[in-house]
Amino acid sequence: MSTALPRTKVRGGVGESVERPDGVPKVKGEFQYGSDLRREGMLFGATLRSPHPHARILSIDVAAAKKMSGVKSVITSAELPTRDLFGLMKLDQPVLATGRVRYVGEPVAIVAAETAEEARLATRAIAVRYELLAPITDPVASLQPDAASLHQKGNVIEDVLVEHGDPDATAEVVVAGEYELGMQDQAALGPEAGLAIPRQDGGVELHIATQWLHEDLRQIAPCLGLPESKVHLVLAGVGGAFGAREDVTLQIHTCLLALATRRPVRMTYGREESFYGHVHRHPAKLWYMHGAKKNGDLVFVRATVVLDGGAYASSSPAVVANAACFGAGPYRVPNARIHAVGAYTNNPPTGAMRGFGAVQSCFAYEAQMDKLAVALGIDPVVLRERNALRNGDRIITSQPVEGSAPVADIVRRCADIAMPDGDIPSDPISLPGGLGNLTRGEGVRRGVGFAAGLKNVCYSHGFDDFSTARVRLSRDTRGPIVHVHTAAAEVGQGIVSVCAQIARTELGVERVEVDRPDTTIGSAGSSSASRQTWMTGGAVLAACREVKAELLARARKAGRSPDDLTALLDEPIDRTVTHRHRDTEPRDPNTQNQGHVAFLFAAHRAVVDVDVDTGLVKVVQVATAQDVGKAINPVAVVGQIEGGIAQGLGLAVMEEVQLRDGHVRNASFTDYLLPTTLDMPPVVAVLIEHPHPDAPYGAKGVGEPPTISSTPAIVAAIRAATGRELNRVPVSPDDIVFGAPYRSGWRIAPGDDPRRAVRA
Amino acid sequence: MRIKLTVNGEEREAEAADHESLLTVLRESLGLPGSKNACEQGECGSCSVLMDGDLVCACLVLGAAAAGRSVETVESFSDGETLHPVQRAFVDAGAVQCGFCTPGLVVATYALLKRNPEPSDKEVREALSGNICRCTGYGKILEAVERASAAMYRR
Amino acid sequence: MSVHIARNLDDALEDLSGRADATILAGGTDLLVEINFGRQRPSHIIPIDRVEELKDLSRNGHVRMGALITYTRMLENDVGSPALVEAARTIGSPQIRNVATIGGNLGTCSPAGDTLPVLAALEATVVLKSKRGERRVAFADFMTGPKKSVRRPDEVIVAAEWDDAGVAQTYMFAATRNAMAISISGLALVIDRARRRVGVGLGSCGPTIIRASEAERFATGLLDEAGWEKPHRPSDAAAKKFGELAAAAAKPIDDVRGTVAYRRHVLAVMGTRALARVAAIP
Repeated sequence: MSTALPRTKVRGGVGESVERPDGVPKVKGEFQYGSDLRREGMLFGATLRSPHPHARILSIDVAAAKKMSGVKSVITSAELPTRDLFGLMKLDQPVLATGRVRYVGEPVAIVAAETAEEARLATRAIAVRYELLAPITDPVASLQPDAASLHQKGNVIEDVLVEHGDPDATAEVVVAGEYELGMQDQAALGPEAGLAIPRQDGGVELHIATQWLHEDLRQIAPCLGLPESKVHLVLAGVGGAFGAREDVTLQIHTCLLALATRRPVRMTYGREESFYGHVHRHPAKLWYMHGAKKNGDLVFVRATVVLDGGAYASSSPAVVANAACFGAGPYRVPNARIHAVGAYTNNPPTGAMRGFGAVQSCFAYEAQMDKLAVALGIDPVVLRERNALRNGDRIITSQPVEGSAPVADIVRRCADIAMPDGDIPSDPISLPGGLGNLTRGEGVRRGVGFAAGLKNVCYSHGFDDFSTARVRLSRDTRGPIVHVHTAAAEVGQGIVSVCAQIARTELGVERVEVDRPDTTIGSAGSSSASRQTWMTGGAVLAACREVKAELLARARKAGRSPDDLTALLDEPIDRTVTHRHRDTEPRDPNTQNQGHVAFLFAAHRAVVDVDVDTGLVKVVQVATAQDVGKAINPVAVVGQIEGGIAQGLGLAVMEEVQLRDGHVRNASFTDYLLPTTLDMPPVVAVLIEHPHPDAPYGAKGVGEPPTISSTPAIVAAIRAATGRELNRVPVSPDDIVFGAPYRSGWRIAPGDDPRRAVRA
Repeated sequence: MRIKLTVNGEEREAEAADHESLLTVLRESLGLPGSKNACEQGECGSCSVLMDGDLVCACLVLGAAAAGRSVETVESFSDGETLHPVQRAFVDAGAVQCGFCTPGLVVATYALLKRNPEPSDKEVREALSGNICRCTGYGKILEAVERASAAMYRR
Repeated sequence: MSVHIARNLDDALEDLSGRADATILAGGTDLLVEINFGRQRPSHIIPIDRVEELKDLSRNGHVRMGALITYTRMLENDVGSPALVEAARTIGSPQIRNVATIGGNLGTCSPAGDTLPVLAALEATVVLKSKRGERRVAFADFMTGPKKSVRRPDEVIVAAEWDDAGVAQTYMFAATRNAMAISISGLALVIDRARRRVGVGLGSCGPTIIRASEAERFATGLLDEAGWEKPHRPSDAAAKKFGELAAAAAKPIDDVRGTVAYRRHVLAVMGTRALARVAAIP
């Protein structure tokens, strides 16, 4: 029997909304998430955390805890085998607090016990004596020369100055404003979880829900005193990520306990601990000034951005760089000065979250664009269209936008989407306040707002960004089959589908299996920066093409048709390819002009009903146009867009980790509010497919833009309905009812160094 | 303590340790990890199960107090390889991303459609307002409910 | 920890009488959160959810609602108080409403308990029972502070009772999220046309549920003038005044859900709207 490579297009390839390979196990409840993992003889881990934002540790007494029932191991910093610091970009975070705690929730000791309850009780029996130190919780205060140093090298995590054209240019029309974003949580539904299993060779195997196996490995191994070859990581099912799994949380702790006890150890955070255990989105304070000609042409943007990095750096340096590089938005701005600084404080550490620095700037520059439109008497959509970046224009880092920049098209097509029914409903459930039964239309005003944003895809600034894919074409009794193996973390976004679709299209074989990601293959980089389709998709594509080349060579040699797979696959064809995007340049004031690989754009229009008397909001519709390059899986793309908008909506009107003196006041889903079905409106999405020449099939990333400009669009709509300034998110009912704008308490001329701020 | 209860149609005996919720009993003692633990306080619906036919959050039921109850979890929905129409609809509509909320939503959607075979958009939104999804923005989930309703009642 | 699943009311009362450390478990939606977050480790729990005597609802000019009536049952049946139905709809999710009970709301006695402002406005009576006998406490005397009531350790809340007050009543609450939210503040208004009585109960704006007696007196005066028998359309000024009086009764604090200023403000708005809405109901 001869199995032929189909000449007609194979089903389930690129461009189709194929079923996810993990869809069936997920709906059946059979998909194994990190928290579902079990092993015979497994112990449970628990963490003792600091109750103070800033304190010196005078002593830790674990004697009582060690004697408790079921307790197998108690580890403090004194028992660490070797290196005691880790960190994504800076080695500044203790595996377990050493001498000092810098935030509420910092791990101080870990315990393994026979049951989860025994482990929890043992952490409570550990006696820690603290000497309280004054916490620094205002990032601007932290940057001032008189502030106490939280780390050896001072309180500046990163300082990025972007200057372009004449940074001191003047203009006919000038608008300025001060803005703030509160701390958003990724709130992935699956809390942190991992299972570590000691190995015969003295090493350890860690099953972990993460975004980047190899980066975890790089950070974990030295802290265990093991070579990387003795630490094996396997991806456990990931219950959402959104940036929160970019950093190491319980990875090292779980491995340490497994190595100490020689037994498998599972650690799982509960929801409250999850709030303390992972990094959040950076809160930001921004001071902006925009200048334009009377005809609407932008002349300059100057801004100072202060990001609160919290107690440890995490990915703050890159977040600060993004906030600066994209600080003028998707617009042609000939002159700019953006000064962005990330500060250490005694707040919880902050790091990656969907949108990564671009979210913070976008909220401010889009509010500024609306202010400018009012000052100029120009329609806000027209103003954005007029200044939209075109191919070849330079962003403020001087980098030209190449390949695809359909910004004006996006703005126009978003604005042209049909508006929802103009009548304000009368059923309370469809109105602000929802099930609270507050209004049947009393006090309700409708508003429309618009915003656009940009961000990079993939890693920037000279980072060696690559992904590795192994593609194996073989045959079994059922015919030809392709196995795709990468280390790319499926976090819900659908990279498993993308890999399978690319393999089907390239090899014309319908049976494709995507193997479980682990560290036996090279790194795929992180499932972040909207990069996996571009990078791992690109690696799979390249590997498939090498497989195809070998197939053709075999066919030529055997004098057979390349479709005659039975004859040609006596030996499987197995190719591993590492794919890199084109080089970017390190960030440097003089050479940052090629800092990014490519740019992503989207625009959002929000329609909201606001009850101006109660200050409550119901978002009625969000319309969006997004440049996706090529929709490899259209349903999945829309899923990313709708989900990203929901997170943008959350930041606009309800989501904030509320801090007081460094303490989190709402570490639960009762008081950290996430949008429900009654908060999220219908989304109308237009996908614009301008293929990018460097991307596989032209497919750009899609995950982040929906979260970037949806927030400012919703806030703009609330401003339109209420006339309030609303310069802080999330917008609270108080902001709408009383209208008092947020004030930072600091005076900074936009563009100036925040280290020279003056108390207002 | 040992408790007896009916789980997915079978008489089961389980260890319900002090203060453990039904969710923990299902997941850790009965080998049924399909119901998910995401908030431990009834705010997200990921642990939704049917108890004596009623939709409840298993995290808010004391394990020891579930003795004698009949519980149905997401694991009972499919018949081997054949998915329940609600499950099929979630896969087909693209309503599954990370999937952590999915088991709870499958059970909640089933409970809704048993009570109200052809709910309006508003009714669906109200009925599923206790099931948080962080990935999808709910659009595809609403579409899945519509598909499931059609598959269960209109064919 | 020990657990005694009560078979019937006597069984529960018997078990309860012997020990001071017992915790009664009804729907579990409050207690299990405390347990799951490690804030409570009760040593003895008495689940009463199978006590059939507590699931009765009777209505005959006088409503007696058994303590185990769930919010879902309130939504599915005519329970003799439209405001209570509206309150039930605001509570949690279907999952919560299927198990959470009026008795549980009374037992927890949180100022944010959504049925409580309605019970206050209805001038309901709480019926408590122990082995020593039954006693009835006016709701106004029942709640003494946040999560504090006059219930004695050996007593079970068996029912809430009130005189059927007609249909001119409402409950509303303000929260930042459109579903699944704990109220920043809530307000119940009852206009009992037959008894010529106005009740206003305020939630989440003080250590207990607060009766807004000035507002009640003001509205009573309005209806004395306009006539109790027919629908009335209060002037904007009168409705506003009523709202202000309701808000003035509040003793709010700043917390993670809302500010003092907002609570006062939104209570005034709710009062204004509630009066306009309810006075118009025949």
